[in-house]
Amino acid sequence: MTAQEIYDVLKTKFGDAITESKLDILQPWIRIVPDKTRDICLSLRDESVMQFDYLSCLSGVDYNNGTLGIVYHLTSMVHKQKIVLKTFCPKENPHIQSVSDVWGTANWHEREVFDLFGIIIDGHPDMRRILLPDDWEGNPLRKDYKVQEFYHGMKVPY
Amino acid sequence: MGLLDQRFENSNVFITSLDGLLNWARLSSLWQMQFGLACCAIEMMAASASNFDIMRFGVIPRATPRQVDVMFVAGTVTIKMASRIKRLYDQMSEPRYVISMGSCATCGGPYWEHGYHVLKGVDRVIPVDVYIPGCPPRPEALLEGIMKLQEKVRKESMVKKRA
Repeated sequence: MTAQEIYDVLKTKFGDAITESKLDILQPWIRIVPDKTRDICLSLRDESVMQFDYLSCLSGVDYNNGTLGIVYHLTSMVHKQKIVLKTFCPKENPHIQSVSDVWGTANWHEREVFDLFGIIIDGHPDMRRILLPDDWEGNPLRKDYKVQEFYHGMKVPY
Repeated sequence: MGLLDQRFENSNVFITSLDGLLNWARLSSLWQMQFGLACCAIEMMAASASNFDIMRFGVIPRATPRQVDVMFVAGTVTIKMASRIKRLYDQMSEPRYVISMGSCATCGGPYWEHGYHVLKGVDRVIPVDVYIPGCPPRPEALLEGIMKLQEKVRKESMVKKRA
């Protein structure tokens, strides 16, 4: 199944939730809206023509123009194919649906995105920081991040 | 003349200062607290293995702060880990020493500018006696650091205050 066919299946099923795509490249991607993420991912996993049963990677991105996003790299072990999903959200009010009940792998990945980018994952069962201390200030992988001067009396910058 | 009037030939007696005796005992059995945090720990393990044989200096690795004299901070000290290092250091009994092994533990190493999560030098939380440069230092460098520490211990005195 080509990326174009996957796109067509999603487009007929979800319509406006599929907003953009680039399919003639090495890693074809499809842009989806953040509040339909879970439904689209469930469909990608469960429909017999696609069966994306493996979430290879889930990454947060700061595009440095007031937009944050998550990129999902999906793999189908059954059909030996891959697809990339992108979703965007504004920096002021970053909310994206959780897919941790679609692929268990997503649980910690989404916590990492929350930790380092501050994107709030709606519907996540355990939305806590995963790497940094709970009382850390800011989200380090955002482009406008400024490191705090002190943490519990320890100077942080060099 | 006191002691010097005695005849010593047959009784295996030697004379030294108490400082000299205690310092010799201390520097010859520097039990080590393992604190491997990153790749420096691999070099520390290599130093413990048979090629370098750190035990010939009397350095015995222990896994508890209550039985040790010296802590090797080998590797990148993250800010999350720094409070644990401080707590373990506080649990060591005096006299206690710290060897900061490698660039990361000494000054943050390659993380000095953008490593928001790395403590830029373990000497920000505990006092350090010997710094070993290198990324990571070879086991020979660690042995050199131990010998430097032994020199320091040799010069100590019970009556003089420790720095």
